[in-house]
Amino acid sequence: MMSLRDKSCVTGVGETVYMRGSSKTAFELQIEASLKAIADAGLTPKDIDGIIPVGIVSGTADDFIENFGIPDMRFSAIIPHGGASPVMALQCAAAAVAAGVCNHVLITFGRNVSAASNKAGARIHQMPQFHFVTEFEYPIGAIAPAQLYAPMARRHMALYGTTVEQFGEVAVACRKHALLNDNALMKKPITLEDHRNSRMIADPFRLLDCSLESDGGAAIIVSASERAGDLRQPRVYISGVAAGHPDSPGSITQRPDMTSLGIAKAAPRAFQMAGVTHDDIDLTQIYDCFTYAVIRQLEDIGFCAKGEGGPFVENGRLQLGGALPTNTHGGLLSQAHVWGLNHIVELVRQLRGQGGRAQVENAEVGLVSGYGDMGDGALAILRRG
Amino acid sequence: MTLPTKPIPQATPLSRSYWEAAAEGRLVIQHCAACGKARHYPRLLCDACYSDAVEWKPATGAGRVHSWTVAHHAFHPGFAGELPYTLVTVDLDAGVRALGQWKSVGTPFIGQLVQGRFIPRDDTADLIFESGQD
Ligand SMILES: [Zn+2]
Repeated sequence: MMSLRDKSCVTGVGETVYMRGSSKTAFELQIEASLKAIADAGLTPKDIDGIIPVGIVSGTADDFIENFGIPDMRFSAIIPHGGASPVMALQCAAAAVAAGVCNHVLITFGRNVSAASNKAGARIHQMPQFHFVTEFEYPIGAIAPAQLYAPMARRHMALYGTTVEQFGEVAVACRKHALLNDNALMKKPITLEDHRNSRMIADPFRLLDCSLESDGGAAIIVSASERAGDLRQPRVYISGVAAGHPDSPGSITQRPDMTSLGIAKAAPRAFQMAGVTHDDIDLTQIYDCFTYAVIRQLEDIGFCAKGEGGPFVENGRLQLGGALPTNTHGGLLSQAHVWGLNHIVELVRQLRGQGGRAQVENAEVGLVSGYGDMGDGALAILRRG
Repeated sequence: MTLPTKPIPQATPLSRSYWEAAAEGRLVIQHCAACGKARHYPRLLCDACYSDAVEWKPATGAGRVHSWTVAHHAFHPGFAGELPYTLVTVDLDAGVRALGQWKSVGTPFIGQLVQGRFIPRDDTADLIFESGQD
């Protein structure tokens, strides 16, 4: 079977300012981020011939054709898997450009959750993939992701002894990194004690276990490797990429093993495609909708055995200077929540050596995960050219 | 002042039998009429034999706690007056898993024997669980 290894590169990245209470619509934010990513690559909007708008909350491919005057768009796709979608879009874009379908794919996302109709509890119950949850769980009070994930985390704690302090390690690492990032919402340092004392949201999740509600947009460009050499930035190759779904993806309640994730199926495929091992990974950007989700994914990606994710994150391992710097931008927990497209942006910057004050020295190979719809997963291994 | 209303399940052709029984205080679980495999939540096809033939069988509501959470923050105004409330995930003796509201004192523990039943409210019935007898 043909491998996608190194057939494509991420050639452009762009982000808006992240904030709360933006006066711009989701589509305006998405356009702004997209133009930045296109300029970063050294392209013009008319060069884009493939587009994957992430999610269905902002602009469509047609909207982009019209606003950019794209003369010959050859490819578009919609990937409906929540926060897993950006990394799944990497796989889709890599396949499209490797097959010669198109040259430059724009992956783009924008959101404005400050609008009242977009509050955390309301959103997911309008999405078709959550119809089981909406019919059977929402009416009895399982409203928002925190409440749906909490029993999964509670069971992980009961089975493996995972602790509140270990959740806190993830929150503290992300916050520490956010303080190095001018475009991060959270500006105040936190300690394990601050985490432990933050108010309870859905036991065992406290406020500092939960990702941020924020407005903003992010975008990346994926180009065929043979086109990337002419562009502005150093090459960052997509070396390995894969997606996976848990059994019974529609509801955590109905999953045979409630703590299982799709990324467990995807990870071996991505590592094999990239031809690297876990020891080769210099840094990771792990989708952090909740602190617990980082611990669980590190296990399923294979950095440690299932149940050992808690001890794995202790003693600052995820912090800059630790063995596995993670979420060097601050993550969804402390930078902003744009469905993890910001995780890809950050990994690309790090591999270009553009990580600013959070730069990981000699970063050559990095991993980014996507996680959505309560358990769908994807990961990509990127390497600098 | 009227209290904010809680969401009500929207039954579909697939699930109508479940909610009709619930309104009468009975818990029924969808089974494949061809091979007998139980499935929940209701689905169109049996994933073992792909038959769409369905049989609804009564379940006792007895089971054991799989996991739980206590909600301390209302993400929907209809639940603000009930905080904190506990949600419990239960492995039913019927061979499937269900989510319900916990109505006994204190928090449940994993493995605890529980008994489920429906209590009526508005135009629907809520599945609730209470501590059972070992
Ligand atoms: Zn069957």
